[in-house]
Amino acid sequence: MIPAAFEYYRPRDISSAVSLLDQFGDEARVIAGGHSLIPMMKLRMADVPHLVDLQDLDELSGIEVGDTIKIGAMTTQYEMINDDDLADVAPILREAALQIADPQVRYMGTIGGNVANGDPGNDLPGLMQCLDAVYSVVSSDGKRTIPAREFYKAAFSTARKDTEILTSVSFCAPKGGCAYVKQKRKIGDYATAAAAVQIERQGDRCTAASIAMTNLSDIPVWSEAAASALLDTGVDEGAVKSAVSGMLGDIDPAEDNRGPVAFKRHVAGVILTRAISSAWARA
Amino acid sequence: MNDMSPDRAERSEKLNGLGCSRKRVEDARFTQGKGNYVDDIKLDGMLSGDFVRSPYAHAKVVNISTEKALEVPGVLAVLTATDLEPLNLHWMPTLAGDKQMVLADGKVLFQGQEVAFVVATDRFAAADGVEAVDVEYEELPVLTDPFEALKSDIVLREDLEKGADGAHGPRKHHNHIFTWEAGDKDATEQVLSHSDVVAEEMVYYHRTHPCPLETCGCVASMDKVNGKLTLWGTFQAPHAIRTVVSLISGIEEHNIRIVSPDIGGGFGNKVGAYPGYVCSVVASIVTGKPVKWIEDRMDNLMATAFARDYWMQGKIAATKEGKITGLWCHTTADHGGFDACADPSKFPAGFMSICTGSYDIPTAYLAVDGVYTNKAPGGVAYRCSFRVTEAAYFVERMMEVLAIELNMDAAELRRINFIRKDQFPYQSALGWEYDSGDYHAAWDKALAAVDYAGLRREQAERIEAFKAGHTRKLLGIGLTHFTEIVGAGPVKNCDILGLGMFDSCEIRIHPTGSALARIGAISQGQGHATTFAQILASEIGLPAESITVEQGDTDTAPYGLGTYGSRSTPVSGAATALAGRKIRAKAQMIAAYLLEVHDDDVEFDVDRFVVKGAPERFKTMKEIAFAAYNQAVPGIEPGLEAVSYYDPPNMTYPFGAYICVMEIDVDTGEHDIRQFYALDDCGTRINPMIIEGQVHGGLTEALAIAMGQEIAYDDMGNVKTGTLMDFFLPTVCETPHYTTDYTTTPSPHHPIGAKGVGESPNVGGVPAFSNAVHDAFRAFGLRQSHMPHDQWRVWKIANDLGLHN
Ligand SMILES: Cc1cc2nc3c(=O)[nH]c(=O)nc-3n(C[C@H](O)[C@H](O)[C@H](O)COP(=O)(O)OP(=O)(O)OC[C@H]3O[C@@H](n4cnc5c(N)ncnc54)[C@H](O)[C@@H]3O)c2cc1C
Repeated sequence: MIPAAFEYYRPRDISSAVSLLDQFGDEARVIAGGHSLIPMMKLRMADVPHLVDLQDLDELSGIEVGDTIKIGAMTTQYEMINDDDLADVAPILREAALQIADPQVRYMGTIGGNVANGDPGNDLPGLMQCLDAVYSVVSSDGKRTIPAREFYKAAFSTARKDTEILTSVSFCAPKGGCAYVKQKRKIGDYATAAAAVQIERQGDRCTAASIAMTNLSDIPVWSEAAASALLDTGVDEGAVKSAVSGMLGDIDPAEDNRGPVAFKRHVAGVILTRAISSAWARA
Repeated sequence: MNDMSPDRAERSEKLNGLGCSRKRVEDARFTQGKGNYVDDIKLDGMLSGDFVRSPYAHAKVVNISTEKALEVPGVLAVLTATDLEPLNLHWMPTLAGDKQMVLADGKVLFQGQEVAFVVATDRFAAADGVEAVDVEYEELPVLTDPFEALKSDIVLREDLEKGADGAHGPRKHHNHIFTWEAGDKDATEQVLSHSDVVAEEMVYYHRTHPCPLETCGCVASMDKVNGKLTLWGTFQAPHAIRTVVSLISGIEEHNIRIVSPDIGGGFGNKVGAYPGYVCSVVASIVTGKPVKWIEDRMDNLMATAFARDYWMQGKIAATKEGKITGLWCHTTADHGGFDACADPSKFPAGFMSICTGSYDIPTAYLAVDGVYTNKAPGGVAYRCSFRVTEAAYFVERMMEVLAIELNMDAAELRRINFIRKDQFPYQSALGWEYDSGDYHAAWDKALAAVDYAGLRREQAERIEAFKAGHTRKLLGIGLTHFTEIVGAGPVKNCDILGLGMFDSCEIRIHPTGSALARIGAISQGQGHATTFAQILASEIGLPAESITVEQGDTDTAPYGLGTYGSRSTPVSGAATALAGRKIRAKAQMIAAYLLEVHDDDVEFDVDRFVVKGAPERFKTMKEIAFAAYNQAVPGIEPGLEAVSYYDPPNMTYPFGAYICVMEIDVDTGEHDIRQFYALDDCGTRINPMIIEGQVHGGLTEALAIAMGQEIAYDDMGNVKTGTLMDFFLPTVCETPHYTTDYTTTPSPHHPIGAKGVGESPNVGGVPAFSNAVHDAFRAFGLRQSHMPHDQWRVWKIANDLGLHN
C-alpha cells in the first residue's frame, strides 16, 4: 500500500492547473479529496507520475442556491450536507450525501471527484442523472458543459477529456418529491443497490418522474422506462411494479462480494419500490 | 478473629483489589496517543523490509530476477530462498510440527506467499524494490476445496516424504495432514443405531481472520559487537519466540532478547512465527543494521494466520423425550498450504473435543482430518481457546437441529440435557474434567431476563402477521449456552514445541512498600497491568496503584508461554496469586518478629498482620516491607521477593448463556439486532468493568464473524476479501447494544477461583447470532445454512424457502 513516486503540483489558479494538464497529458491527474484516487495509487492500480492538487483553486468551491443550483467541484460532501440553504431547496442532496461512505471520507471527498471519478459505485452520478444536472468543464480550449446523462461511458471512462477540469455541477431546483434509498453492507460501503427518484404530482396523478440507479451496471443507469411507467398514474402498486420491471430491463449488475446477480436484481426492485413510495409521499 | 469493623472495609477499598472496577492504567497512554507499538520504534540507521508476494495460489517459481530491483535507489538487498538455504533458514518449523517455506523454495502454495524479501533504506524504496523484482511463475492447478484435495492427484507438498507419517501419525493421502480422534467410536455408532431420534447435519464454520487493528511486524537488531540479537515484535508469546529463534538460528538463548511492546490486539494472529521475522533477523545479521518489517492490511488478511475453516459433519442422537444419548462428529479441517496451527503439540485439532458442550452426553466420538489446500496457513484460536469456538458452534447448531427434529423448544431441550450442578467435577465422554458450573441457574436467569416465553409469543404472532402479508420482517431468537475450556494448561499434556504451558510471576517489594511484578503473559489490550495489580493488591495488602506490572521483555520477565486461549488469568494469574502468597508468608515471619510473638500468633488482615485476639497490635505491609530491608531478622534473608511458576492442575471451564433477538428483512436480507443479553460466569470476577469491556469487544467480533466477516477465495485461489471494504469489521453503527449479566461459580482448583473471560463472548456470541438467523426461518422449514449470514445469503435462505413468491 505504498504508491509509486510522483511529482506533486499545487497550482494557484485554474489556468496554471489547465496548463499542467496540457503539458503532461495522460501522465497527469488532478486530485481533489483524494479518497478515490489515493487508494488506487497505493494499490498501484493508478499510475500518476504528475499529481495536480486542486485544493488552492478557490474558484472551484462554494454553493449557489437559486432557481438553479450550482455547486463548485471542490465542495466537500461534508459541506453539502451542512449547507442549510441547499437542504431547504434540494433536501435529496443531504439525504444522498449522508449515505456516502462515512464522516471521515465525507470531510475530504468532493462532489467533483465523486462525479468525475466514473466509479459505478459512486452515489452522486446517479443522483445527478436523476436531477438532470450538467457538469461544467474547462480546458485550454475553453469551457463547455456536459449533461450528467451523457457523461458516463464505461467504468472509469467518461466524456471528460484528460485535459479538462470539472469546475461545477448545476441543476434546477428539484420540484416535487425526491428520495435516495441505498442498501449497503455496512457503514463505509458502496451500494449493493441504490435508487434516486424524483416525482412531481398533481393531485393523485404523477406528472413527471425521473429515476436513476447506482452500482447496478458499469455506469449509473437513468431509466426512462422506469420513469415513464409512473407518468400519468396514481403511482399505485401496478404502476410501481411496471416501473420496477422497466428498471430491471435497463440494469446489468455483476456478481461480486455483495452478492449474486439474482440477489442484486431483487434488491434493486425492493429499493426502487421504497424510493418511489417515499418520493411520492413527499411530492 | 477480628471484628468486621467498618475500618476494615475501608482499608480493603483503598487497595483496589479483587472485585473492584478499577480504571485501566493503560488507558492514559493509549487514549493520548502515547502508546509505544512496534512501528513506533525507530533506531539509528534502521532499514525497511518488504515482501514480493505470489499472485498465484499454486505455481512453480521458475526464476526470480532481482537485478532491476537492486538498481532502485535505496534498495540494498533482495533475499530469496537461495540466499537463505546455506543458513538452512529457507524453511522453518511451524508450531504444529510441520515446516513452512520462509521464502518460496521452487514453488508457491497460496496467494500472498512470501517469495522474496527486499531490504532498503526506507519503506518507500522497499516498496519500489518489490515492484521491480521480476518473478517468472508457471501456474499449477489449484485446490481450494479440502474434500476435493483429499481425492485429487495433484500433490501440494512434494517436500513431504511419500507414505511417511506426519507429526501426528499416519497420513492417508498426499494432501492429508493428520487424523485425530477422541471418544469411543464403536460405542457411539451403537448408540446412533439404537436411539429414537438421530439428527444429522453438516455445520461449516467458515474461514475468517483475527484482523487485529495493528498488523504483525518486528524490528530486528543484531549487535555484532556483543553478539546480541534484539527483536521487538507483535508477539503474543515472546519467550516461545525466543526459544524458537534460538533453535532455528543457532544463536544462544541468552544472546537473544525478545520484546513485545504495546500490542494493538492479537486475537491469535500474533502467536505464530512468520517469515517476516526470520527475514528481518537474517537481514539484520547480513547488513549489521536494524531492520523493520511491518505488514500492511492486505498482507495481514492474505498471509498471516487465518482462523476456523472447519467442516463439521455431525450426528446427535436422543430419546423421544429429548434426552441426548450420543454425539458423533467428523471434521474436515482446511489448514492451507502448511500446517501452521497454533495448538498445544498433542492437540492437532486443539480442544475441539469440548464439542459435547454444556450437555451431559454419555457417549461421543470425534475425528478430525487435517487437509492441505492452496490457501494461507494458520488455523489460530481467534479470540478463543484452541478450536473451542468451532466446538461451541457445532454443538449449539446441533442442539437447534435436534430441537427441530424433535419438534421441541430449543431452550427446554438444552435445560433437560445440561450437566447438573451436583455432577461437577464432571467427566466428559471426550475426556475432559469440567471443574465447576451451575448451568441451570444461569439458563433460568437468562430466560427470565429476556422474558423468553413472551418473546416466543411475539414470534408466533409475527409469523402469523407475515403469512397474512402484514409484514416482511421475521423475528429470530438465538439461544446459546456455551462451555469453554481455557487456561492451557497442565504441563503433563499441554506443550508447545516441547515447552510446558505453565506460567510465571516474579515480585519485588520495594522498601517503601510499593512493588514490581513481572509476568510471563503479555497484554494485547486485555489490561493485565490493571488486573494483575488487583490480584496482588488483595494477596499482599499493598494498593494496586503501588504495584507496577511489567511484561513482554524476555530479558526481565520470567519464562511464560504468553497470552492466548484465555490463559493469562488462569495460569499467569494463578502464578501471581501464589507468588503473592510467598511474599505474605515471609512478611508473616517478619511481622511476628517485629511484634515479638510466634509466627502462628499473627494473621493477615487486608493490609497488615495483626496479633491474633489483639487487633490493636499490628504491622502494616508497608512497615513490613521497610523492615525487610532495614532490620536483621534472625534466620531470614533480607529483602522481600518471590517467584512462582504455576503448572495448573486442570483447565478452567467458563460458561455463559447468551440470547440474541434479531429482526430480519426477508426482502433485502438485512438484519437488526433488537436485543442481546449476555450472561457470563467466569468464576471469581477480578474487575467487572474490564469483564464488561471484554464481553462487548468479543461480542462485536462474534457479530462480525456470524454476520459477514470471511476470508473467501475464488476457484483460482484468489483472495476475494483482501481489504476492509470487503472484510467486515463492524463500526459503532453496526454494533448493537449489549446487556451483560453474570453468575459466579469459582473454579475449585484455581488459587483465586478465576476462570478467564476474554474469549467467552466470541465463543458464545457466534452461535447466538447464527442461531437467531436460523430461528427466524425455522417455522418456514430452515434447518441449516452456513455463515456468514451476510445480506445476500440471508436473502437466499428466504428465496430458497419460497418467501419471495
Ligand atoms: C472507504 C471509502 C468508502 C467510500 N464509499 C463511498 C460511497 O459509499 N459512495 C460514494 O459515492 N463514494 C464513496 N467513496 C468515494 C468518495 O466519495 C470519494 O471521495 C469520491 O469518490 C471522490 O472524490 P474525491 O474528492 O476524493 O476525488 P479524488 O479521489 O481526488 O479524485 C477521484 C477522481 O476524479 C478526478 N477528479 C477529481 N476532481 C476532479 C475535477 N475537479 N475535475 C476533473 N477530474 C477530477 C481525479 O483525477 C480522480 O480520477 C468512498 C471512499 C472510501 C475511501
